[in-house]
Amino acid sequence: MRRAFDTILLVAVALVIWQAIHLLAPSALTSPLGTARRAAELLGTATFWPHVAETLKAFLYALILAFTGGLLLGLLLGLNKTGAKVADPILVSIYSLPKVTLYPVILLIFGLGMSAKVAFGTIHGIIPIAIFAMNSVRNLAPVYLKTARVLHLSKAETLRTVVIPAAIPEIVSGLRIGFSLTLLGVLIGEMFASQRGLGYMIMNAIGLHDVPTMMAVILMLAVFAVAANAVLLWLDQRLHRRIT
Amino acid sequence: MPVPVHAEMRGVTRIYPGTNGKAGVHALGPVDLTLRKGEFYSVIGPSGCGKSTLLDVLSGLSRPTAGEITFEDKPVDGRVPDGVGVVFQEDASFPWLNVEDNIAFGLRRAGVDSTEIRRRLDYALGLMGLRDFAKAYPAQLSGGMRQRVCIARTLVTQPRLILLDEPFGALDAQTRLIMGDELLKLWRETGATVLLITHALDEAAMLSDRIGIMSARPGRIIEEVETGWPADRDSRVASDNRFGTITSRLWAHLREESLKAIGQGAIK
Amino acid sequence: MNRVAWLRYFIVTGFIVFLEVLCRTGIIPATVMIPPTSMAAHLWALLASGRVTPDIIETIGNVIAAFLLSVTVGFALGAVIHSFPRLRRAIDPFLATYYALPFFAFYPLFIVLFGLGRPPIIAIGFLFGVVAMIIATLNGFDRIPRALLKTAAVYRMDPLSTALRIKLPSAAPYLFTGVKLAVAYSFIGVIAGEFIMSSSGLGYSIAYAFNNFDNKTMYALMLFVIVLVTAVNAFFYVWEQRLLARRGR
Repeated sequence: MRRAFDTILLVAVALVIWQAIHLLAPSALTSPLGTARRAAELLGTATFWPHVAETLKAFLYALILAFTGGLLLGLLLGLNKTGAKVADPILVSIYSLPKVTLYPVILLIFGLGMSAKVAFGTIHGIIPIAIFAMNSVRNLAPVYLKTARVLHLSKAETLRTVVIPAAIPEIVSGLRIGFSLTLLGVLIGEMFASQRGLGYMIMNAIGLHDVPTMMAVILMLAVFAVAANAVLLWLDQRLHRRIT
Repeated sequence: MPVPVHAEMRGVTRIYPGTNGKAGVHALGPVDLTLRKGEFYSVIGPSGCGKSTLLDVLSGLSRPTAGEITFEDKPVDGRVPDGVGVVFQEDASFPWLNVEDNIAFGLRRAGVDSTEIRRRLDYALGLMGLRDFAKAYPAQLSGGMRQRVCIARTLVTQPRLILLDEPFGALDAQTRLIMGDELLKLWRETGATVLLITHALDEAAMLSDRIGIMSARPGRIIEEVETGWPADRDSRVASDNRFGTITSRLWAHLREESLKAIGQGAIK
Repeated sequence: MNRVAWLRYFIVTGFIVFLEVLCRTGIIPATVMIPPTSMAAHLWALLASGRVTPDIIETIGNVIAAFLLSVTVGFALGAVIHSFPRLRRAIDPFLATYYALPFFAFYPLFIVLFGLGRPPIIAIGFLFGVVAMIIATLNGFDRIPRALLKTAAVYRMDPLSTALRIKLPSAAPYLFTGVKLAVAYSFIGVIAGEFIMSSSGLGYSIAYAFNNFDNKTMYALMLFVIVLVTAVNAFFYVWEQRLLARRGR
């Protein structure tokens, strides 16, 4: 219960700071109450929901692609010592590239619309997931593999019953980061090359100096992201606790 | 009295090849070692002398550079033979499985039928004092309990030769004594041949029928000591007069090798 | 050079040659991508003309400012949060979610708070980098051996000097991860901010070229950004390897 209290306290402090900035620059930042009111208004508007559906759809596709692609790539590289050594700095380099600059390429390849957004979300999420999955396999305690050999396990069995279960906590940590970055990728994609979706709504609101709408959409995205992440974090901590 | 030979090493050496033009490491041998069927044999040696390498090669986890190894008259070559179980120094219990599933892990993979698994599981849980913790996860157990899980996991595969690589190395002194007694009990009940790698003089002197002393790297067996303990011994032999004699004999040989090993370590 | 490094160069070179062939044979049309060699040629011409030099200097300056701010503020905040376990537990789920939010949207706010020009862009780069540094600091402090902290207590060190003389060096490998991420995120934040919002800098120049169908300039600048980021990364990678080697890992 103390934990819930601490969280509420933290949120309350954040709201006070928010309110203070609002008082400092009223036209640039809507107050917490005003934002909540605008959010409630949006939720009751019929034209708001197609944007939500659009973003969710793009996010879901991108998430599936990033998860499966990242895990597959990461596990394959992790199982191959040389492969992992060769790929590690390359993956880290790609991870730290400002991927926004690649957006024109994506647009030129996919054109405006859903597939470009999905591609953009995917390239944001796939690399961190691959890096985490790869390292989780590389850092596996050697004694586990020795045990598998003493027990005469085949390669496939070792992978299924030893390598993957041992790597799962790290993999979930990677998925958590991949989740956030995939969402960011989709939103950035929508922000400047789409006519639909929440990212477009934010950009449009900025263009019209409609600060309350911008704030309301970001607030709702934040609530969604925090809720989804809390679930993943809970899973993450449960899995890690068994290890240590 | 002719006791049948269970496993044998003849002129076994292991050299780790150097990388990028650096010199290789001559880790082991040549080692000659004969394990008699049903005996409790300990190998003791200074740190870094290749004790673990010896176990790796004998179990078939890695191939020797030269020499021959046989287990039950069949050559061991790069694969772990049926009937050999290994307990490692590191905690090898799987944190994602509970105690019961950890112990039954190998049997399930080997396709042993479920009533037989149940029977062996009950036996192992009882013998290792784990019955109350069958559903617990390793993270909830102490280091000693986790090592018991690993021993039980080896035990249920019914190995005829059990190799232990400093299995109590990470445990405190009292727990070590108790685990030693349990190991003796297990050895008596199963009739398996046991090879124990250790760096603890008292542990070797207390538990073994015979003790092989290894030299500093590259490790060779330079002396074998027979303890002459009865089969139904336990840690209380430490108060026997002969215990002191045995440990001082071991130390006489080991002291010189340990000094060499420390000297080597400082240069490295 | 060892086999792994050779293999790495081989793969990267192979990929570039592959792109070159695809572009030259027209499998990738010139409207989508120009061959890597002509990207390089255009970049050379562009750099020689000096047209983009002010943008490059501006962007690099922004990145350095955002990076330095993120590392110092991130370390300080991380150290403070770590010493309040309750605060830390409450804040944890928010830290991980942080990167899902598009801060670019707050650009108008930053303009109001910091004025026009570079400060709002630096603020975006800082916001991107600082949380990576906080997370890395928390991670590193979690793994400081207790014996070292007890040693500090034995020497009666005050909290500040314990943080700077014991915790900082002991957690260094983890902090280094944070520093590397802070560099990367500062780049991402600054260039993305310029790309979407600003009217100068490298990111803006790329967006401008894109909107004017000037593929040659766009790809030349993209190549520049990729080479720059990779070079900075490689520098930190080598430095980190040395640091880790000295600690025997």
